[in-house]
Amino acid sequence: MPAILSVQNLNKTYAGDFVALRDINLEIERGEIFALLGPNGAGKTTLINIICGIVNPTSGTAYVNGHDIASEFRRTRALVGLVPQELPVDSFTTVEQTAAFSRGLFGKPADPALVEKVLKSLSLWDKRDTKIIALSGGMKRRVLIAKALAHEPELLFLDEPTAGVDVELRQDMWKVVSRLRDDGVTVILTTHYIEEAEEMADRVGVINHGEIILVQDKRRLMRELGKKQLTLSLNAPLDRLPATLGAFALELAPGGSELVYTYDSNENRTGITGLLGALQEAGIHFNDLDTSQSSLEEIFVDLVKRPQ
Amino acid sequence: MNFQAIKAIYLSEMARMFRTAVQSIVAPVLSTSLYFVIFGSAIGSRISEIDGITYGAFIVPGLIMLSIMTESISNSSFAIYFPRFIGTIFEVLSAPVSWVEVVLGYVGAAATKSVIIGTIIFITANFFVDIDIAHPFVALLFLVLTSFSFCLFGFILGVWADGWEKLTIIPVLVIMPLTFLGGTFYSISMLPEAWQKISLFNPIVYLISGFRWSFYEHSDVAVGLSIGATVGFLVACLLVVRWIFKTGYRLRT
Repeated sequence: MPAILSVQNLNKTYAGDFVALRDINLEIERGEIFALLGPNGAGKTTLINIICGIVNPTSGTAYVNGHDIASEFRRTRALVGLVPQELPVDSFTTVEQTAAFSRGLFGKPADPALVEKVLKSLSLWDKRDTKIIALSGGMKRRVLIAKALAHEPELLFLDEPTAGVDVELRQDMWKVVSRLRDDGVTVILTTHYIEEAEEMADRVGVINHGEIILVQDKRRLMRELGKKQLTLSLNAPLDRLPATLGAFALELAPGGSELVYTYDSNENRTGITGLLGALQEAGIHFNDLDTSQSSLEEIFVDLVKRPQ
Repeated sequence: MNFQAIKAIYLSEMARMFRTAVQSIVAPVLSTSLYFVIFGSAIGSRISEIDGITYGAFIVPGLIMLSIMTESISNSSFAIYFPRFIGTIFEVLSAPVSWVEVVLGYVGAAATKSVIIGTIIFITANFFVDIDIAHPFVALLFLVLTSFSFCLFGFILGVWADGWEKLTIIPVLVIMPLTFLGGTFYSISMLPEAWQKISLFNPIVYLISGFRWSFYEHSDVAVGLSIGATVGFLVACLLVVRWIFKTGYRLRT
């Protein structure tokens, strides 16, 4: 069975010679949740819009379920749902009407029971007869998700799905994505909330300046690129590190009352035993210790700051 | 063919028409009634018959055409411009639909509105003057062809416009003058010979003349030529719309 999405050598240059995407290659497996991370202007939305048919690529192509997005656009678009970053909705229609419209537009026969199920899953059923103009921004975002789900996509793009929504709604969204995963829907989401990717994604892709700089299983990424640190709270502050500790990756925290040791937890020998012995020999005593691992956010910031 | 999509767009557009019934239906009927009162009754009573047709009855086909052309352009240009303006066009562009289905949905709904308005104006005109239609099927053909071709023209306008001003500039500065000079209120045979020849370069003359022929068998140009010109305009608009979707002009970046 082909990958649900295969992007091949995709390039996009906008008018004015602005290069938005450079030779993008990406494979998305069926049923996974893929988080596409990148700073503003990195090319995330352009990539999504090309796959959905809203933007024309300059060169290259993409395949959805093995079908070319250009020559077999009917088959590919029928499989793809999009929740855009902005909130473009027809303010004068009702919630139920707009969801039913989306279903029809994507070639599906009317199915009031399915629309009801979708609206209920997004806590929109009570608002089904409300005109969209009367809804809050968060509710409009739910409506956009309902519109995308109403035509039963197999591949769903969520472009910044929780931008500008409150914590409660964000957690509701996470539950929705989790249910979609259970139903076998492949989800590609872009987000500025790295914790969202950390919470939900199976794999993470990082895009910067129009180039995919990394695609990795999330846990593996955090394991391989994440730093682990041991922080020791000293009994007495130090002015500087003794020369005998020069062999260790140690830093003296400002104020001199903490020593921070960075190590790789995947290595057989972390060096912690040796460090503790060397501290003993140097007469440096500590009253507390703590270990921490860098978050996906720290890894992301580190990746996009690296020189190209 | 994605018939569900055509139906969805068509019904959504028709629902918009009924949401704005006063603007969509009442306004054109009111303005046309005023034309009848002013030109048909007040001024028309002082104008002699034209080829045996009372002036009030003579202007009916022209007034129906005037309304159909302006309403067709206005409805279909707004129908596509508004989704572009508020961003909801993304959904149509990302849907499994071809340009044919988009056109049948949007232009079909706009043309339906125009035919409804034309029919209402015809019924309204009957309250002011006695009208007989000599060739009802030809009249219906002109009504449908004109509605569809001017809706297509409006659709092109709605894609081309990148601001509200551009949306109204062509109807106001080009279509309206051509319609008034196209024989809405007179027969071009009433003009000096030089102006008669110049009028033949006005495409609206052919539409109004053909439509009037279907009512009274009176025309300024041959009816076959009128049908040919209307079909030619329709085909030209279709080719432009096809090009728009093929290239993504002002729709896809």
